[in-house]
Amino acid sequence: MTTPSPLIELRNINYSCPGQNSPLLEEINFSICEERIGLIGPNGCGKTTLFQIIMGLLTADRGEVLLEGVAMKDKKGFRILRRKLGFLFQNSDDQLFSPTVLEDVAFGPLNLGSSPEEAREISSRTLEGLGLKDFEERITHRLSGGEKKLVALATILSMQPKLLLLDEPSNNLDPETRERLIGILRGLDQAHIIISHDLDFLASTCSHLYTIEKRHLVRCKEKQIHSHDHIHPYGNKPHQHGT
Amino acid sequence: MIEEPFARGTTFLHRRDARVKIIPAVIITLILALTSSFLVAGTGCVLTAILLSLSRPSPRLLLKRFCTVNIFTLFLWLTLPLTYGGDKVSPFLFLNMSLDGIRVATLISLKTNGILFCFLALLATSTVASLGHGLEKLGMPRKLSFLLLFSYRQLFVIHQEYLRLQRAARLRGFIPANSLHTYRTYSHLFGMTLVKSWNRAERVHQAMVLRGFNDTLIPLNQPQLCRKDYLFLLTILLISFLLAAIPFFR
Repeated sequence: MTTPSPLIELRNINYSCPGQNSPLLEEINFSICEERIGLIGPNGCGKTTLFQIIMGLLTADRGEVLLEGVAMKDKKGFRILRRKLGFLFQNSDDQLFSPTVLEDVAFGPLNLGSSPEEAREISSRTLEGLGLKDFEERITHRLSGGEKKLVALATILSMQPKLLLLDEPSNNLDPETRERLIGILRGLDQAHIIISHDLDFLASTCSHLYTIEKRHLVRCKEKQIHSHDHIHPYGNKPHQHGT
Repeated sequence: MIEEPFARGTTFLHRRDARVKIIPAVIITLILALTSSFLVAGTGCVLTAILLSLSRPSPRLLLKRFCTVNIFTLFLWLTLPLTYGGDKVSPFLFLNMSLDGIRVATLISLKTNGILFCFLALLATSTVASLGHGLEKLGMPRKLSFLLLFSYRQLFVIHQEYLRLQRAARLRGFIPANSLHTYRTYSHLFGMTLVKSWNRAERVHQAMVLRGFNDTLIPLNQPQLCRKDYLFLLTILLISFLLAAIPFFR
């Protein structure tokens, strides 16, 4: 956290939704280099909004977003930032808009200036890395929910970002796909921030947790000692949860 | 998803670049639509039927499309001979049939089916995506080609959204009737579909911008025109020219 120029840094970010008097986010200060962070909090507390501010989709009322120490001031700045950050939407249907999987995964690399051949190769490699080799010619709209999520992840990974922002990636996934996603995320080199309500998922993929409490971003304590009821055997013996 | 059953295939016509199919499709359509000569319409219909047979379409699908289009011509056949009037009227059973009416109905049928065959042979053998990119390369404004590509991809999604809302209404006991309540409910459904589509459009645009979209869609497949494409275009243009010139030779 004390690195001179972290990959992404937020300084005194304030944001209020249009038409609302009270701010949604206040004095958010945060930075990330190579960590794997989980973000947890109740619905409507501003988690997704925070992601949108980082990506430049929303403009903060006050404060700034810095990429490797440089403040992002205009569209051009955020265009550079978006090459390095990948944002996985909550709803994969919004993210997949090309007819076939291969075309969708190649969309990013083509925009970044790759030739069609290079884009094709990058996309094939990305899909193969996620175990989706046979998906290239599939129609994006006909994929199942879990498949859509993995393909949406592929569309972002094909741009080789340095940081992933994942918005509730484990939502509506069956246990098997969820495990597969955990495996994939653990195997990736990139840093990531994951929004989720699924504590077990976060525990398996993140090194520490943040939450938004009363409009402020707060780092959660590493361990909380408390007592709780058990419905599984050996609940009275010392044991670990969720990993 | 809007199906593209005719675009699947590997025949000579399927392998042609969309551009060399769009140009003759437009020309043939214009010739057939504007002609008043039986010979041109009839020859055109036969020629486009031959062209269509080259793309080896599935007979069942072909029949379905043929019937859909010819429902309209059927109505013309039911009305024109009885209402067209003109000098030559021949009694048929107890009805007075106008010969001019039958002529016009035949001409329209030939034109309609000629254009149908032409579209099925030339345009339906390309995917909408390649047609969109082809049109853009032929100089169509980019916004229009975006509109085509995105309508094709999103229309189905919007329809699904509408069906979901309709289902939700039905599950809460909504039965359409001729009442103000029904009209109000439908206007809400349409309104909500519109709002949802708008929101979705915004999210899709965000997703595109986040992946570096810069107002240009770069197609993954960038087909190069080969000699066969040029040859095909030349041949078919020549045939179209001869077709259009028929009335002048007589």
